Amino acid sequence: MPDKDKIAITLDHGAGGKLAHQLTTELLLPLFDNPLLAQLHDGAVFETDQGRLAFSTDTFVVDPLFFPGGSIGELAVNGTVNDLAMCGALPRYLSMGLIVEEGLPMADLRRVLEQARAAMDLAGVQLITGDTKVVPRGAADKLFINTAGIGVVPPGIRIGGDGARPGDRILLSGTMADHGIAVLTQREQMAFQSDVRSDTAPLNAMAQAVLAAAPGVRVLRDPTRGGVGTALNEIAVQSAVGMTIQEALLPVDPAVAGICDLLGFDPLYLANEGKMLCCAPAQQAEAALAAMQASPYGRRAAIIGEVTAQEPGRVVMATRIGGRRIVDMLTGEQLPRIC
Amino acid sequence: MDDVTFTEAFRDPAIARGLVRDIQRAADRPMRLMEVCGTHTMAIFRHGIRDLLPPAITLLSGPGCPVCVTDTLDINGFIALSQREEVIVATFGDLLRVPGSFTSLRREAAEGADVRVVYSAMDAVTLARQHPDRTVVFLGVGFETTTPTVAAAILTARDLGLTNFCVYSAHKVVPPALEALMQAPDTRIDGFLLPGHVSVIIGTEAYRPFFERFGLPCVVAGFEPLDILAAIGDLARQIADGRPALTNAYRRAVGDAGNPRARQVMAQVFAPCDTRWRGLGTIPASGLAIRDEFAAFDATRRFKIAVVEMPEPKGCLCGPVLTGARVPTDCALFGKRCTPTDPVGPCMVSSEGSCAAFYRFQR
Ligand code: SF4
Repeated sequence: MPDKDKIAITLDHGAGGKLAHQLTTELLLPLFDNPLLAQLHDGAVFETDQGRLAFSTDTFVVDPLFFPGGSIGELAVNGTVNDLAMCGALPRYLSMGLIVEEGLPMADLRRVLEQARAAMDLAGVQLITGDTKVVPRGAADKLFINTAGIGVVPPGIRIGGDGARPGDRILLSGTMADHGIAVLTQREQMAFQSDVRSDTAPLNAMAQAVLAAAPGVRVLRDPTRGGVGTALNEIAVQSAVGMTIQEALLPVDPAVAGICDLLGFDPLYLANEGKMLCCAPAQQAEAALAAMQASPYGRRAAIIGEVTAQEPGRVVMATRIGGRRIVDMLTGEQLPRIC
Repeated sequence: MDDVTFTEAFRDPAIARGLVRDIQRAADRPMRLMEVCGTHTMAIFRHGIRDLLPPAITLLSGPGCPVCVTDTLDINGFIALSQREEVIVATFGDLLRVPGSFTSLRREAAEGADVRVVYSAMDAVTLARQHPDRTVVFLGVGFETTTPTVAAAILTARDLGLTNFCVYSAHKVVPPALEALMQAPDTRIDGFLLPGHVSVIIGTEAYRPFFERFGLPCVVAGFEPLDILAAIGDLARQIADGRPALTNAYRRAVGDAGNPRARQVMAQVFAPCDTRWRGLGTIPASGLAIRDEFAAFDATRRFKIAVVEMPEPKGCLCGPVLTGARVPTDCALFGKRCTPTDPVGPCMVSSEGSCAAFYRFQR
């Protein structure tokens, strides 16, 4: 087996699955260890004299920059807004750092920024600081964007990955894998034609609506890289609970399902950029569902399963035909199969 | 494809329950059934089909994952090619993580090799047109389903007059492997679930000689849960009645004669050759070599690829796992030293490999 320090970083380390998880827990956490970081949530929540704040950052690299349903500009805004929203926070201010490759058409940069601005308006946040670096051709791929954001956590709200309890219902706010497939089909234009659009959207209003309707909700998470499967595993591990989800209840767009079948992909592991998972106490599940469905981004929300006391850390799926199987964390990037 | 009601029709729980009851009735003795196709393996695990079957039925995953059966020699050859300055390696994604004797394509890519994931051989031709100053080598791995598309890509490259495109052919064909399986040590198989996609091309009749020689129940099956359950039921009944047959449970896609046009394209470019399978050794006429006429498109003739013979990873049971003699959990490394994150053998790498499927869905 290779010596861990001799191996180079591979793309698998960035794919939001097991290796990414290892990178975090084995390299980053030991180096920077502190109780706030150790929450391992989408963002960190900390106390100040004026109340609790949530702070989060995310970096966006996407090829192509523009894809059906969005662009890197919207992603960069919604990504950080959603990380804050998943802490139960009201997102307020963003920073934005741009790394631009020499040669990027000015028109592309303008379009990206205009779309970022529109996304900020929609989410109700403001850009209050920023930075731009230009690097020589080849030193970056067109445009990388980092955003960080600050939000205010209303009193009484405590959200974390460790709050799921046996008996809770698991809710998903809409169809899985739309973003993953939209970007993939756009990138691989040669092979596919499809009209699947990215689901990129701000989730802060929906998250607040869910918390208002179902105050017992303790877990919110947006299943981005690594998909719903990986996000559920993280919650199951952090909360030390089991989970059972029902295949028949999982919302998937038919076109997305078709492309996944063709490529041997599992929609459970493909990225979403405008969906949230939530664990709600059984008596409040319907209220939480109604709150999701009332949002323009949650019309196809569904209760997809249940938190159990069995096999802590394990997510199991009851399949449509009545079988059972494990839903593991994604290991590395999903790769199209050979048939 | 994008009609969900069509797909859902093949996942109907009530019909599934009926089919499971049929299987339970027929399975009056221990039956060892082998699915010879990685896509079947995946589908069986993904839909939780093993969970529905009576204990009398054991499903074995055969040598049907193209990545898993690719010999280490070939994997080392792929890697050696990727290390050449002038080469762009174009490959299907699942090959990236397969460990060769020393490294993998993915690690080579991290070290600077130009390795690109493509979705079809035709994408590799496009890549060659976009990079006239480099040589694009497509890694040809796969069974009869993939090979016609690779043959078509070579024909296209020839028609375009491309001189910077070639293929490393490690393609394999299914029927000779079935015969080899029957002769593998410790293998006991009572019936075969034959691969649907491959059969679309070669047709049911391609298995006739094998069936006549061994007289074992053989059913061509599709990939939806109901397809698979129906085929298992058919196999179980044949075994229980002592009346083996070669049947087709995937009529909506597979005909007796397959797709003659695809086979003709394949035969135009490729000729049968002996080839090495991981786990099964050399099987006569089970590989496909690029014909002399197309030598210019044959990577193994264009490049001198020096590869050394290396032993299989120590303790890895991939060989006997691929022949159904052992199951992944028999391997002492399974889930301990060998996981999908840090695979020892190829069966843990490919998403369609039996060890990976066991690990992901059934621990
Ligand atoms: S578990 Fe790993 S080492 Fe063991 S047979 Fe499977 S691939 Fe080989």
